[in-house]
Amino acid sequence: MGYTLKMRVWRGDQEGGDLADYDVEVSEGEVVLDALHRLQATQAGDLAIRWNCKAGKCGSCSAEINGRPRLMCMTRLSDFEPTETITVTPMRTFPVIRDLVTDVSFNYEKAKELPYAELGPRDADGKRRMAQIDVERGQEFRKCIECFLCQNTCHVVRDHEDNKPAFAGPRFFLRYAELDMHPLDTHDRRALAQGAAGLGMCNITKCCTEVCPEGIKITDNAIIPMKERVVDRKYDPLVWLGNKIGIRNKDNDGRTEV
Amino acid sequence: MSGSAEGGMERHEYDVVVVGAGGAGLRAAIAAYEAGARTAVVCKSLLGKAHTVMAEGGIAAAMGNRWPEDNWEVHFRDTMRGGKMLNNWRMAQLHAQEAPERVQELEDWGALFDRTEDGLISQRDFGGHKYARLAHVGDRTGLEMIRTLQQRTVQLGIDVFMECTVTDLMKDGGSGAISGAFGYWRESGRFVLFEAPTVILATGGIGKSFKVTSNSWEYTGDGHALAMRAGAALINMEFVQFHPTGMVWPPSVKGLLVTESVRGDGGILRNSEGKRFMFDYIPEFFRAETADTEEEADRWYDDKKNNRRPPELLPRDEVARAINSEIKAGRGSPHGGIFLDIASRRTPEFIRKRLPSMYHQFKELADVDITAEPMEIGPTCHYVMGGVEVDPDTQESAVTGLYAVGECSGGMHGSNRLGGNSLGDLLVFGKRAGEHAASYAASLAARPGVSESDVSAAKDSALAPFEVEGGENPYTIQQDLQQSMNDLVGIIRTAAELEESLREIEVFKERAKHMVVEGHRQYNPGWHLSIDLRNMLVVSESIAKAALARQESRGGHTRDDFPKTDAEVWGKKNLVVTLNDAGTGVDLSEKPLPVMPDELKKYFD
Repeated sequence: MGYTLKMRVWRGDQEGGDLADYDVEVSEGEVVLDALHRLQATQAGDLAIRWNCKAGKCGSCSAEINGRPRLMCMTRLSDFEPTETITVTPMRTFPVIRDLVTDVSFNYEKAKELPYAELGPRDADGKRRMAQIDVERGQEFRKCIECFLCQNTCHVVRDHEDNKPAFAGPRFFLRYAELDMHPLDTHDRRALAQGAAGLGMCNITKCCTEVCPEGIKITDNAIIPMKERVVDRKYDPLVWLGNKIGIRNKDNDGRTEV
Repeated sequence: MSGSAEGGMERHEYDVVVVGAGGAGLRAAIAAYEAGARTAVVCKSLLGKAHTVMAEGGIAAAMGNRWPEDNWEVHFRDTMRGGKMLNNWRMAQLHAQEAPERVQELEDWGALFDRTEDGLISQRDFGGHKYARLAHVGDRTGLEMIRTLQQRTVQLGIDVFMECTVTDLMKDGGSGAISGAFGYWRESGRFVLFEAPTVILATGGIGKSFKVTSNSWEYTGDGHALAMRAGAALINMEFVQFHPTGMVWPPSVKGLLVTESVRGDGGILRNSEGKRFMFDYIPEFFRAETADTEEEADRWYDDKKNNRRPPELLPRDEVARAINSEIKAGRGSPHGGIFLDIASRRTPEFIRKRLPSMYHQFKELADVDITAEPMEIGPTCHYVMGGVEVDPDTQESAVTGLYAVGECSGGMHGSNRLGGNSLGDLLVFGKRAGEHAASYAASLAARPGVSESDVSAAKDSALAPFEVEGGENPYTIQQDLQQSMNDLVGIIRTAAELEESLREIEVFKERAKHMVVEGHRQYNPGWHLSIDLRNMLVVSESIAKAALARQESRGGHTRDDFPKTDAEVWGKKNLVVTLNDAGTGVDLSEKPLPVMPDELKKYFD
């Protein structure tokens, strides 16, 4: 059941560009990336697209489809009317390299500033023990495929280039939360999250959660708990009192601040 | 920048250059860096996107967390039997011995594996493994592995050249040893030269030569072809693994992997008549250890001591052939596959917990709820057992300073790889190659030289497609090659079809001489494909030629005209391919299989 799909694709580079119109033959069960590949093979051999697995697992083919940040390989044509024009543009928060490919090095630079796991010694038999229920909190965040759609959507940087140096973004708040919730990790990175990563700039509008193709509850399960932990450490008078009388949250017991 | 523009060239100097940033490449880079070498990773995609990310099931390692009876000897035996005894015994031994510590190391670096009730790393059942042995994270183990290695790489501060493709290796004019690697930045088209006495190839597989494949675009056999052009040999190229369970519908995802964990966790295969057909396909070689009734098979999941394995968990080559036969006999599903059913055997909660990616993949891409209805699946080109012939301890090829690890190396898996053994392979031999390359580089008194004429030849070769006028589009040649390999060098082979495929490959080679690309050098996928296509062609020819020569059926090589496994003649030798003197095609030779020492032979009595 094929039909001719009308597409508008942004073509251009750092110097500028524009939407170009194409008619592409598509068939049942296809996704936006299939249509773009056909375009590439038949009409526009040099159309730049970044993609790898075409299975929603690598997070390479992020773009904005009819204005919504999505993975091109997981956006089915059947989500649209056959008569509807599908417009594909590059992610807006990152500089364009060419066509639909953007320069996402911001994220790789931020990754370099991140803390890392620092576990204590293994048990006497050379193995480590953790309960399934305890690793599951971190596992949710480690589902992240680094598509950077959350980074692209986050309004702290989307429309404010000047915030980029001070703000790591939702993808990396996930990493902070994951390490903070790791059952065997030995570091306390709450000060770092608040200071170097700019956790405080997030005002929990949940846009990141909405666009996450992995369905990770970035705001509810990572950012808000991290904010609470930071506040616990800094301001909470009840925590202060609890500490005094020996009742306290033991989450950060035995951890060394870095 | 036009095709002909100069554009300058960057030069970098390292001790160890790793080509590829999947599990093997990153593990090699970490080992080389920790051994003190100046190390670079060069990869075609962004860091963290390599094909390892697609690995689902787990890492096979005899840690004994579920079954204390498990140990390296059992794992070694399973691996050799899975590869139909054609494996390099020493690699299979090292792998079985070292995999447990390599997995523990990932945990030290922050990986969060699923746990047993005792809090240890959980291990799951998989085809061909006697015990539940695969360390896993749901069905996204590859993602966990690559992210852990990526984070370790970044933590150590190793230099990574992302979206940079290596097109040629450099050798010293006098000694013939490796002296560097030449490539281009995908983003700008600008050339890069890495001067280094060691190069570790970790470029993965060749699946993009086939139409129906679970592999991503990067799998164009670059490492295989680079090694051949540098003078190294490939072995076992006739052995290509067709994974039994790929998606068959919708067409856009045809070939996409459905993890073996579905069967490891209780899923079964049925034909259109509702029959659980695998009981009809138990080969003599595995009969003693395979259940012959449904009742026994179903009891095995909970009681492995008193029951034998379900036939759905035979090695992949056996299951893929059985599925192929059922479909050919007209007992297939509506979209030309077979039914894989876990919905009727496990609770929706269990399925969603153990197989979250599969649940998501079918829901999003095929509108199928795998907790409520069976999946339709069929064989898909998944893995090449063949690759660069290397020393089993150091991973060095016949070319001094050139190493190969992971899927682009050969020998470890023999004629068929067991599920879960590839991730272990990446870690075990990645570390070994990194350490040996670093130590060789440190031992050198003088660095091997790069000749300027080789560099300019490499530039000319890369830019050649811009010089052609009125030629053919590389996408068309690629599609024709994929169709041809699928039809003629697929899961079941015959002499007539293999001869036909070699004739067609000659025509593709001729057409490829006249490829033309439009546009300029900046992020131009047409140009990138035209370069990759050369590698795909030489690799395809290697596969077809070796497949024609091996007149028997074994593992990932099934000849309709030679259906028997021939232990006496073919069980004792490997087929070796090298580039011919003119550089225009491949030569084939035979080599005796390394002989296993007696103390290991006892496991197979």
